Amino acid sequence: MSKIKEAFTNGKAFIPFITCGDPDLETSEKIVYEMEKAGADLIELGIPFSDPTAEGPVIQEASLRALNAGTTTDKIFDMVRRIRKNTDIPMVFMTYANVIYSYGSEKFISTCKELGMDGLILPDIPYEEKGEFIDLCHQYGVDLISLIAPTSEDRISMIASEAEGFIYVVSSLGVTGTRTSITTDIPTLVGKIKESSKVPCAIGFGISNPEQAANMARSADGVIVGSAIVKIIAKYGKDAPAHVGAFVKEMKEAL
Amino acid sequence: MSEKEGRFGVHGGQYIPETLMNAVIELEQAYNKYKDDPEFNEELQTLFNEYANRPSRLYFAKKMTEDLGGARIYLKREDLNHTGAHKVNNVLGQALLAKKMGKTRLIAETGAGQHGVATATAAALFGMECVVFMGEEDTKRQALNVYRMRLLGAEVIPVKTGTRTLKDAVSEAMREWTSRIEDTHYCLGSVMGPHPFPTIVRDFQAVISREIKSQMLEKEGRLPDIVMACCGGGSNAIGSFYDFIEDKDVRLIGVEAAGRGIDTFETAATINTGRLGIFHGMKSYFCQDEYGQIAPVYSISAGLDYPGIGPEHAWLHDTKRAEYVAITDDEAVNAFEYLSRTEGIIPAIESAHAIAYAMKIAPTLPKDQIIVVTVSGRGDKDCAAIARYRGEDIHE
Repeated sequence: MSKIKEAFTNGKAFIPFITCGDPDLETSEKIVYEMEKAGADLIELGIPFSDPTAEGPVIQEASLRALNAGTTTDKIFDMVRRIRKNTDIPMVFMTYANVIYSYGSEKFISTCKELGMDGLILPDIPYEEKGEFIDLCHQYGVDLISLIAPTSEDRISMIASEAEGFIYVVSSLGVTGTRTSITTDIPTLVGKIKESSKVPCAIGFGISNPEQAANMARSADGVIVGSAIVKIIAKYGKDAPAHVGAFVKEMKEAL
Repeated sequence: MSEKEGRFGVHGGQYIPETLMNAVIELEQAYNKYKDDPEFNEELQTLFNEYANRPSRLYFAKKMTEDLGGARIYLKREDLNHTGAHKVNNVLGQALLAKKMGKTRLIAETGAGQHGVATATAAALFGMECVVFMGEEDTKRQALNVYRMRLLGAEVIPVKTGTRTLKDAVSEAMREWTSRIEDTHYCLGSVMGPHPFPTIVRDFQAVISREIKSQMLEKEGRLPDIVMACCGGGSNAIGSFYDFIEDKDVRLIGVEAAGRGIDTFETAATINTGRLGIFHGMKSYFCQDEYGQIAPVYSISAGLDYPGIGPEHAWLHDTKRAEYVAITDDEAVNAFEYLSRTEGIIPAIESAHAIAYAMKIAPTLPKDQIIVVTVSGRGDKDCAAIARYRGEDIHE
């Protein structure tokens, strides 16, 4: 359906996340180009939300910096319009239900199509609530990405059998953020998902270095990295694009 | 409740991370198993009566009635409960349920500190570990309650994100629950959050309206004309309303915190100033900006300082079964002082919002009308803050 499939055709996929507007939208745009050049296969663009309940401190702070810098949904849409003149790399938005609902669900999702956005990741929309957006997503050809957690257990086949685009496998309990070790039995979890799913699995939450990424990629089709990149942006600000590019290159090569 | 399970009209639902889904499903199953279980209910009733000092009094406020010169005013004295507020009703219910589920650790959010104190109390009673998340701003406004929670053996974690108030405490408690589910029950303090919390908390608080009804029939031989209560998330309000929802002649009034006024940005009056949205696990009304960013609300009352309202209230508002009005800081502080002087009852600043609205409408109503106002908590915790509001610096 969407371009997401292409992201998984170049070996194991590397999927970086950034919070749009941190430190400003010009820098976010530059980071997108650097990440593509460095080998990113799919880019997750975070639309900041005031109260991101699934995020750890690193992305919470990035959201706050972005909002304080005056970032809005409309300004992010304008940035994506500029990006789409330069690249057609698969991209998805990561945000919270209220950002879409408040904008007007149809207006938001139809704009995604117009902008060439391929999917939506919404951590506060579980299987039971996907009816909120799924019909509009189908209508406009935008994949609503399903998340599966270590606690999903008997819910896995229900979620996986209806999944679109790719499945976001949450590596650990808790919120986003870098972790020194991931204790979940990932191969078993991914194995169970693969029994019911036709779409690729990408693992996220807590992955921060090439060793972890390589290890996770052994059992999955891709890895998602957010907080480790957002930390680099927090450290270097406007000078971050080159540093993020170098990190993405190192991570992609490790897969 | 209408439509599907967990929905109140369009409101409610379960807008939470997948990681928590099995936890709320497990909670719902446990609740369905125990809610009509005679043994569970007997155990809870014994705790209510022997430990929490129920039933709470329905007190005829004679001096206040005479002074205002209109409708007869009764006060439902939830302030006389053990721990000093209605919060204990819900907490004893949830702690007992958590114990039956084999949980050994309670976590909770708190605004004014009353729910945190009640949770810490139940944890002490049941021998459970307890962690309470409280906005850093509120730990300052309610220092006495922080001390009480620690005295009861709870760990209090000041939340330093966002506005450092109740909404951030809820977010942080949700994050903590996501990271530790196996042994932990999230003892949510109001009729909000994902299903089944709005229903569970309502059912445990509904004891307030059941008592009001039977006490009123005993004292006056009829139902009241108006029942009113302050409303942040809305647990004491729904508890006061619930048994009267089908009695269509009883007016139900929820009193929100207007802060510095509903025409200012410094307000927490959700129904009066918010719009439909999705946050903290539920669809309901929220104070938010045009892009859906949750607004930094304000009220002098830490317990009402929340940008949302429980989904059942949103539905009672939609169906016009209940009315939602707003009272400013100034009016609430006046009522806090008025009830203290007139009846010798120091109400919580939250409850003072309901008292203030009663003071407004009682004089306009005939003398044969009856108003019940729920005094959701006692005001000792607020004395230092109110003194500061009046320009007096006292040391606790």
